[in-house]
Amino acid sequence: MDSPVTVITGTRTGIGRFLAAHYVSRGHRVVGCSRGDVDWTLEGYTHYTADVADERAAKALFADVRKTCGRVDHLINNAGVASMNHSLLTPLSAVHRMLDTNVVGTFLFCREAAKLMKTAGYGRIVNLVTVAVPLKLEGEAIYVASKAAVLSLTEVLARELAGFGITVNAVGPVPIATDLIRSVPQEKIDRLVSRQAIPRLGTPADVANVIDFYLQRESEFITGQCLFLGGV
Amino acid sequence: MQKPPMTLIVDALQEVLEHHAIAAPGPLGEGTRLFGRDGLLDSMGLVTLVVAVEQAIEDEYGVSVSLADDRALSQRNSPYRTVGSLAEYAARLLDGAAARG
Repeated sequence: MDSPVTVITGTRTGIGRFLAAHYVSRGHRVVGCSRGDVDWTLEGYTHYTADVADERAAKALFADVRKTCGRVDHLINNAGVASMNHSLLTPLSAVHRMLDTNVVGTFLFCREAAKLMKTAGYGRIVNLVTVAVPLKLEGEAIYVASKAAVLSLTEVLARELAGFGITVNAVGPVPIATDLIRSVPQEKIDRLVSRQAIPRLGTPADVANVIDFYLQRESEFITGQCLFLGGV
Repeated sequence: MQKPPMTLIVDALQEVLEHHAIAAPGPLGEGTRLFGRDGLLDSMGLVTLVVAVEQAIEDEYGVSVSLADDRALSQRNSPYRTVGSLAEYAARLLDGAAARG
């Protein structure tokens, strides 16, 4: 079998960047995107500058992937934005920003990837959510609500796409030292970590380990599931 | 010479019908009913057709259009009622894409 084609969103920094390098090292042809350019390159990695919530940009990206790679085997919806704030102090612009990137962007990329996967009768989609959903984390109402929506989307798409040989699953990381939590007070992170069965920060490798499992050919009977890290 | 949307749709429909082992009631054309009352396709067949037509348009015209439409289940306004209504909808989207450049 030739190299699998893996699309990853939000690859400029953090978990997305780690995953891009991880799957390139495993011989995948990796296609990534972020709103801005990346200041790094990798053999086997192609970058697109695209806002995941922009329908035309999403369609153009997948049209190009279809032309250059002929198919998509894996989609990892990693792009996400968070905002730590009490709900009474959360501006509407932040609400729209989070819903657009986290929910609309995930939906659009699932929809467009599934069209290509359907043609091949095979595909693996993995959506990133967060332990903040089951922990009902106060101070992140919209972020949590947006990721809860991604979780529901995962469960419904798993059923809608099962007939096409496509599985859809989610992974819920604990806090990981990335840009996403840079502005969250340390005391808040400590409190969150203490609620885990294994009280430590996560690593991008912890996330990759779960995704590796979902992407395996042998995982064809696993869909609509979410695996939370750290024993949450 | 680019094939018109109607031809792309008829070609795609032919393939979908063969794939799903559905017998066509006669020659396929503008009036062929796709979805809804007396339609040839169930919802899975419709999804397959719409994706195939989007990809055919992409290949033929070099532009990406989304044939998604939330009037899908409407008996009166659904663009998926017949081959003709879908062709008209695709042509309108293509005109819009051309106008945007």
